[in-house]
Amino acid sequence: MTPSYYLLLSAVLFSLGAVGVLVRRNAVVVFMCVELMLNAVNLSLVTFARINGSLDGQVMAFFVMVVAAAEVVVGLAIIMSIFRTRRSASVDDSNLLKY
Amino acid sequence: MTGAELVFVPLGAVALGSSVLVVTTDQLVRAALWLVVALGALAGCFLLLAAELVAWVQVLIYVGAVVVLLLFGIMLTRAPIGRSVDLDSGNRVAALVVALGTAGTLVTVVVGGFRTASIDLGDGSAGSAGTVGAGLFRYWVLPFELLSVLLLAALVGAIVLSRRDIGPRARDGGED
Repeated sequence: MTPSYYLLLSAVLFSLGAVGVLVRRNAVVVFMCVELMLNAVNLSLVTFARINGSLDGQVMAFFVMVVAAAEVVVGLAIIMSIFRTRRSASVDDSNLLKY
Repeated sequence: MTGAELVFVPLGAVALGSSVLVVTTDQLVRAALWLVVALGALAGCFLLLAAELVAWVQVLIYVGAVVVLLLFGIMLTRAPIGRSVDLDSGNRVAALVVALGTAGTLVTVVVGGFRTASIDLGDGSAGSAGTVGAGLFRYWVLPFELLSVLLLAALVGAIVLSRRDIGPRARDGGED
């Protein structure tokens, strides 16, 4: 099987995630779209690992997942903190860098 | 069509369709649930690529932990459970341009670059926990240990950010 199908799916998923990040207004949904983009990249990494017959891509995909988990934890804490001060989870409302 | 392609096509279709729904649905909770479907289908793709450990870690971390956290985030920010009207912001044109640009670039560069490559799955043992673990602890020990420190830092940071009595507001003397 040629890897083009996997790479094509990964490219399309990445673009979909980018659209979501740009279009969606709720910060949590923006996070979901970022997760989608990270997963698309993971699919590419695993495919590349498979093409080269090495393990490095899989290990990197593993690392990306761990960093994504850390990112979600900190991001949700920030969203909660913004929600507490501004009573909104919309990315359009958080227009100030200082509270 | 080979067997792998026969399995891949429905998996890819499910991943694609549910991702479109994540981006377009007008109900927040459903977006999270469609994300579960998309991530599960991607885990199936990892299994097809014989990346067994990555697939199960994907199910554990993403489907198990990240989506639950996102659902908690939706609930804690008191998002409306039903339909919401103002979910999309006004920059659809910019999003369309960016999407077409990214998709075009990625498809021409990455897919075109690997047009002649082929996947040899071997005996399927290259992605097993034993092989990945051996590679991880033989060549990737330092990044692995750094990641454990990063996880600890993220944990402490999240606690400091979300607790009111020790957060930035309390230190500032502000009242929330």
